[in-house]
Amino acid sequence: MLPDLRDDFPLLARTVRNGRSLVYLDSGATAQKPLVVLEAEDRFYREHNGAVARGAHILAEEATEAFESAREDVARLVGAPAEEIVWTPGATAALNLVANGMLQASLGAGGPAADRFRVGPGDRIVITEVEHHANLIPWQQLAARTGAELAWIPVDDAGVMVLDDLASVITGNTRVVAFTHASNVTGVVSDVATITARAREVGALTVLDGCQSVPHLPVNVADLGVDFLAFSGHKMLGPTGIGALWGRSDLLNALPPSQFGGSAITVVTMETTGFLDAPQRFEPGTQPVAQAVGMGAAARYLMGLGMDRVAEHEARIARILREGAAALPGVRLLGPVGGDGTAVLGLAAVVVEGVHAHDVGQVLDDRGITARVGHHCAQPFHRRLGLTGSTRASAHVYTTEDDAHAFIEALAGVREFFGVTV
Amino acid sequence: MSTLEQMYQQVIMDHAREAHGRGLIEITAAGTGESHQLNTTCGDEVTLRVGVDGDTVSAIAWEGQGCSISQASISVLSELLEGESLETADATVEAFRALMQAKGEHLDDETEDLLGDATAFVGVGKYPARIKCALLGWMAFRDALIQARGAQSAAVEGGQA
Repeated sequence: MLPDLRDDFPLLARTVRNGRSLVYLDSGATAQKPLVVLEAEDRFYREHNGAVARGAHILAEEATEAFESAREDVARLVGAPAEEIVWTPGATAALNLVANGMLQASLGAGGPAADRFRVGPGDRIVITEVEHHANLIPWQQLAARTGAELAWIPVDDAGVMVLDDLASVITGNTRVVAFTHASNVTGVVSDVATITARAREVGALTVLDGCQSVPHLPVNVADLGVDFLAFSGHKMLGPTGIGALWGRSDLLNALPPSQFGGSAITVVTMETTGFLDAPQRFEPGTQPVAQAVGMGAAARYLMGLGMDRVAEHEARIARILREGAAALPGVRLLGPVGGDGTAVLGLAAVVVEGVHAHDVGQVLDDRGITARVGHHCAQPFHRRLGLTGSTRASAHVYTTEDDAHAFIEALAGVREFFGVTV
Repeated sequence: MSTLEQMYQQVIMDHAREAHGRGLIEITAAGTGESHQLNTTCGDEVTLRVGVDGDTVSAIAWEGQGCSISQASISVLSELLEGESLETADATVEAFRALMQAKGEHLDDETEDLLGDATAFVGVGKYPARIKCALLGWMAFRDALIQARGAQSAAVEGGQA
């Protein structure tokens, strides 16, 4: 069990509307930051700030050391070698890096080594119906620009991916399968092994969106068997403006870069450019160094807690949120309750019958409860369930059982406030 | 009254439950206009039609889906402005925008008289995230009215030619 960690997170001590104490339940959107992260960023600027990988002075050395040791910390969190971790401005940028690299390859960049990234007419790109827009639009746009066909793994009426007929979706001409490790709406953890096995059968690349998994579950890239994993810093207790892409080094070194500039190169002439090996080939220009240092500190903090214990803590919060919501009259929980072998994250997205999500959110807000309202960047998924939006409570390491109970209690009063009786 | 109750005043709740003017019927008028507005943060939307005859807003019809604030706001608007002069309609739209910018403070008596039931939305001004909800229908009305006026002028000129 995790100890009460609230003292590590200064923001959680503040009060909100009408002096109420804050019940922070929007960690799925962005997590609060522990002191160790705030201090790591602050210390970097106060003591070590300098240009990374440039110059021979002491500050350049210290900044480079801080930047690279943060990479090692983040790599350790997902069980990867450091040279397979590329810094990106976020998970969205990481997913775009892969999709845009494939577009570059399809335009002819990268030579024969980039063959495996080329897509065009007759090829298929596969995603799923639960995807967050960040792992949907890059692939939709790649398909549109290359003439490849976009297909997706469907979900059932409960919002769970249907894998029974996987072979008819991941067909022989499928070049890449991009899917989420865990839904940001239902919290359901995907069957990565089954999807990856089928993708491998047809020789397709696999790209996993780890935004919701890496901050909350033990994640090991070797066990997952995928080719790429994208995740963000700010959802795993780190700063905004930083994220990471893990990729197998042979793939990273063959994927053409799609952002160009200083530092990422070997020899530049007026006509041509040689690119460094990964990860540097994908890190042109001055990087968000202090943010990377902060993300490294966040990785160390999570590893210090132990991801097994983090997952166990959040499973307990999940039970309160999900069983509580499912038991309320007039409240629909999106996705299965879980706990019966279905792995779910510590979150619950709900629809209160007869009350719009914004109105639900406002009543919660009045009690100091911060939940997310709307489509959570998953419009097609909500549309599939016949909805335009929902209200989501999502937990992290600092979330207490009292927080989860407060959400359920407030939710129970929503229909009465709006005079909805049917 | 809590700030929450200030926002969800009874008149708003009533309009949200029984909206006025809902139903996108065909409008026959000297000039008609239609506008579709979408709140991209939540997906709420409205399609609103306006008819203009001479100097009068002769008809308003709309269909939409969204939160109680957005739906009640459209309902109040259509009750308030149907049959009014174009001049009053313009002034009321401006007054409502001013109310949304007033951070929850009341406006002067003359402006509030103009706003009638729409004054009930004063509490929304305290919640910046909800101002868009309240304005959704008003933006659709303003847009549709510009078109309706244009159509009427074009028809008059066409008739003279």
